Amino acid sequence: MSSFTRQQMAARVAQDIPEGWFVNLGIGIPTMIADYVPMEREVILHSENGILGMGPAPAPEQATPWLINAGKQPVTLRPGGSFFHHADSFGMIRGGHIDLCVLGAFEVAENGDIANWATSENDSAPAVGGAMDLAAGAKRLWVVMDHTTKDGRPKLVETCGYPLTAHCAVQRIYTNLAVIDVVRGRGFVVREIVPGLSLTELQAKTGATLHTDA
Amino acid sequence: MINKIVQSIAEALSGIKDGSTVLMGGFGAAGQPDDLIEGLIEQGAKDLTVVANNAGAGRVGLAKLMEMGRVRKIICSFPRSAGSTVFEELYRAGKLELEIVPQGTLAERMRAAGAGIPAFYTPTGAGTKLAQGKETREFNGRPHIMELSLPGDVALVEAWEADRWGNLTYRQSGRNFNPVMAMAAKLTVAQAHHIRELGDIAPDNVHTPGIFVSRVVHVVRGAPWN
Repeated sequence: MSSFTRQQMAARVAQDIPEGWFVNLGIGIPTMIADYVPMEREVILHSENGILGMGPAPAPEQATPWLINAGKQPVTLRPGGSFFHHADSFGMIRGGHIDLCVLGAFEVAENGDIANWATSENDSAPAVGGAMDLAAGAKRLWVVMDHTTKDGRPKLVETCGYPLTAHCAVQRIYTNLAVIDVVRGRGFVVREIVPGLSLTELQAKTGATLHTDA
Repeated sequence: MINKIVQSIAEALSGIKDGSTVLMGGFGAAGQPDDLIEGLIEQGAKDLTVVANNAGAGRVGLAKLMEMGRVRKIICSFPRSAGSTVFEELYRAGKLELEIVPQGTLAERMRAAGAGIPAFYTPTGAGTKLAQGKETREFNGRPHIMELSLPGDVALVEAWEADRWGNLTYRQSGRNFNPVMAMAAKLTVAQAHHIRELGDIAPDNVHTPGIFVSRVVHVVRGAPWN
């Protein structure tokens, strides 16, 4: 059985991002998506700490302490880019101006609930950052994550066990095994499966019913 | 003649009282008023409530202020990050109160405070455990939670340029929380890398108008940033 690598997952998401979208990429695999958007396709990256038109990492000697991304790594600004304060930045998010946000997640439920900030109800000091604002505010929320946990438990579930980040927010999930849409009233609808894996095998690794349009 | 420029960090921070709510600008190290935070350690105010995106790193700055037992409560979005050891220790020992606020809600609560809006409704956090205890109301068929404005007694901000009227510019993504904090506090103190003559910051380029700024102190970040 084959499965996508992290790079292949990032590249697969990048295929679906058209020119002209304003896109916020979360930390981890989502950040890697930027590397697979061809330079000639103008996608404007938003970073919630106050950047539109974010570019790749600078050469070390060109880094400045004032130009970092939401993961606090040095970045660059593309021509046409801009800076703004946090209230404007989250106004862009909450106000529905960001076309797409891609986040990682611990779990996604079949109604689109997402859990990606706290690993336990008992964790009283989890770091939420901008995750709730992005999940509630972006026009589209896609998740990129492994299909199961390291010990094989499904991450696509009927109901999230972890504390929610947002309710009914996710539209699409890209995993190392499949591309799955979350359709209101239906649940998980499989769009693509990695070569060599059957729907039955995919279902066995999924914690909720998978539907197909076929 | 109006002159908000003071000659020392001690002068810039004089009068900050015990029990104050202190808004500290910055996202990570970018736009963080490091010298004012160090100055606050010297200044001595205690029993503070600190509002900042992060809960300090290493054993310097905010982390040091917390380690000295001077912070009663921290209001932030992302307490745990690389090097947040002091926060972890104090929080686990029950020596620090914590209020977790989503990052955009944190910014908007301060913007609202500065703009005279006592509370607002937001979809962020609705249906999550951060909605517990908050009024929920539906708008356009969607649940929203009520969040209160978050005013400060003091704001400490890092500017790139300042003039004697307190007009400020910021550098790149160092702007982050600084403008909303500047407008949300009774006493706003800016450390500025460059002091400009009045009129030399182009009016179109002022990020924070001087009306929001009480005191300015010149702090050069040093080479190669001159």
